[in-house]
Amino acid sequence: MPKSLLEQAISGNRRSLAKLLTAVENGEVSRDSLKLSTRVADGSVIGVTGAPGVGKSCLIERLLSTWTSNGLKVAVIAVDPSSPLTGGALLGDRVRMESADDNPNVFVRSFAARNQPGGMPNAVVLAADVMRNCGYDIVLIETVGSGQSEIRVVSVADRIVLVEAPLRGDEVQAEKAGVMELADMIVVNKSDLDGSERAAANIISSLELTNNPPPVLLTSAKNSAGIDDLATQLRTLRAKPDAELARARERLLTAWDNALLSREDIDGVLDGLAGSENSAQEWVDKNLRW
Amino acid sequence: MRIVIAKPGLDGHDRGAKVVARALRDAGHEVIYTGLRRTPEQIVRTVLDEDADMLGLSSLSGAHAFLFPRVCQLLVEAGCTDVTVFGGGIIPLDERSLLFDSGMRAIFGPGTKMHEMSEFVDAVISRSSSNQPVGVGEGGDWVWSSGE
Ligand code: B12
Ligand SMILES: Nc1nc2c(ncn2[C@@H]2O[C@H](COP(=O)(O)OP(=O)(O)OP(=O)(O)O)[C@@H](O)[C@H]2O)c(=O)[nH]1
Ligand SMILES: [Mg+2]
Repeated sequence: MPKSLLEQAISGNRRSLAKLLTAVENGEVSRDSLKLSTRVADGSVIGVTGAPGVGKSCLIERLLSTWTSNGLKVAVIAVDPSSPLTGGALLGDRVRMESADDNPNVFVRSFAARNQPGGMPNAVVLAADVMRNCGYDIVLIETVGSGQSEIRVVSVADRIVLVEAPLRGDEVQAEKAGVMELADMIVVNKSDLDGSERAAANIISSLELTNNPPPVLLTSAKNSAGIDDLATQLRTLRAKPDAELARARERLLTAWDNALLSREDIDGVLDGLAGSENSAQEWVDKNLRW
Repeated sequence: MRIVIAKPGLDGHDRGAKVVARALRDAGHEVIYTGLRRTPEQIVRTVLDEDADMLGLSSLSGAHAFLFPRVCQLLVEAGCTDVTVFGGGIIPLDERSLLFDSGMRAIFGPGTKMHEMSEFVDAVISRSSSNQPVGVGEGGDWVWSSGE
């Protein structure tokens, strides 16, 4: 069944692709069952990260219209947080992406983080591969934009673009050190606002002392300044050379978290930890061997 | 459940739609909000690409009598017969049977309590798990009435 769904999706049936993505999201199909080989990280799956409100969705909309007018097909996976208490989620990134609604060469799919560690569902990796196999030349992944997900996106994307915006203060940028070190490109958006050039200058000077500083671009999703340049540079963006170790670490942590949380006895383990005096550390020492 | 909440047409009243979207999220559902001023075609495309189980339409401007049945018709044409369509806003009682005839399963007016909407969603879940019709193109005459 899943294989034929993939065939239909490859032949351009949107509903089949949508159904297949649901099966991927729910863990009902695997890479093996779809007979998909592991994709080479060729730069076609790009993570777009950055704090809430910096303009990630609006920038993606600008990229969608630029790339599709150049004849490319582009897919988007937009991840939003799930409530840890109810499991519910409000997925609102589409609101900013008008192309999502009628451009035939665009496919936008919202994913709830579903309490996956790091706010980045592991299914996103396979979902992006499925989209690539269905003829989408580029897949953009928008992260939740806060906490760990900013860094975890390196385990699912080939390249990472960190979006910043003016008026966010120097302290915020210092906190961003982790993801700044991993970003293959930094975009300072909202260049139509005061302070954007200074924000870009600050970022450039703080990166001066690092090896292989990533390119820093100024854009405005509002008046389209810098968008063509961004769209062009992203097509040939290189992975930051000295970030390999840090990337490998995030991939390992993601795989580890997933292995742990997909144990058959995990619900019992969590219930036990929630209701007892035993610490998580004790459980790990006793039960995990490698 | 994956639920799309959409505002068809030129109606700019979005408070109700946002309140409903948040309430359904709090009831544990994954809710995709489309934003204002969507055409029926755009709404159907969102339901299709997001593989939604349900679609909630909101209208306060009086255009529901045209827009809601149009969305239902396009959904059926797109093969989304199993999607449950419901709605709310300013919709006079005597105009509702037309909407039910086009395949909608519930209409909620001003002052609707949030728990009632989630009771409706639960009823849809339990009916569809026992293979009773709930979709826009599945026929049957079941529509939600409060206190069910
Ligand atoms: C606030 C308001 C506005 C605000 C809207 C702000 C906003 N961003 O939403 C402003 C001031 C902008 C506005 C403007 C206008 N408004 Co006005 N507005 C109202 C008012 C007073 C309240 C609406 C509201 O927000 N209620 C609170 C929310 C939470 O309730 P709700 O939307 O009804 O939603 C509830 C239920 O209906 C249901 N529900 C709604 N949608 C959905 C969807 C689903 C899926 C489900 C399950 C349930 C559901 O659940 C919600 C919770 O209980 C109503 C009158 C009224 N009492 O309804 C008039 C009203 C809707 N407006 C009206 C009019 C005419 C206008 C204007 C044309 C006025 C003008 N001449 O300029 C403009 C048009 C704006 C536009 N572009 O469309 C008329 C519509 C008449 C009609 N349908 O024939 C009304 C009914 C007033 C009246 N009695 O004349 N308005
Ligand atoms: N002035 C200005 N405003 C912008 C620009 N880009 C986006 N905005 C505004 O910034 C706000 C947030 O934009 P989004 O694209 O939703 O931001 P986001 O990063 O996707 O936000 P989350 O998904 O919530 O994390 C919106 O009100 C946009 O209109 C820009 O270039 N200039
Ligand atoms: Mg966004």
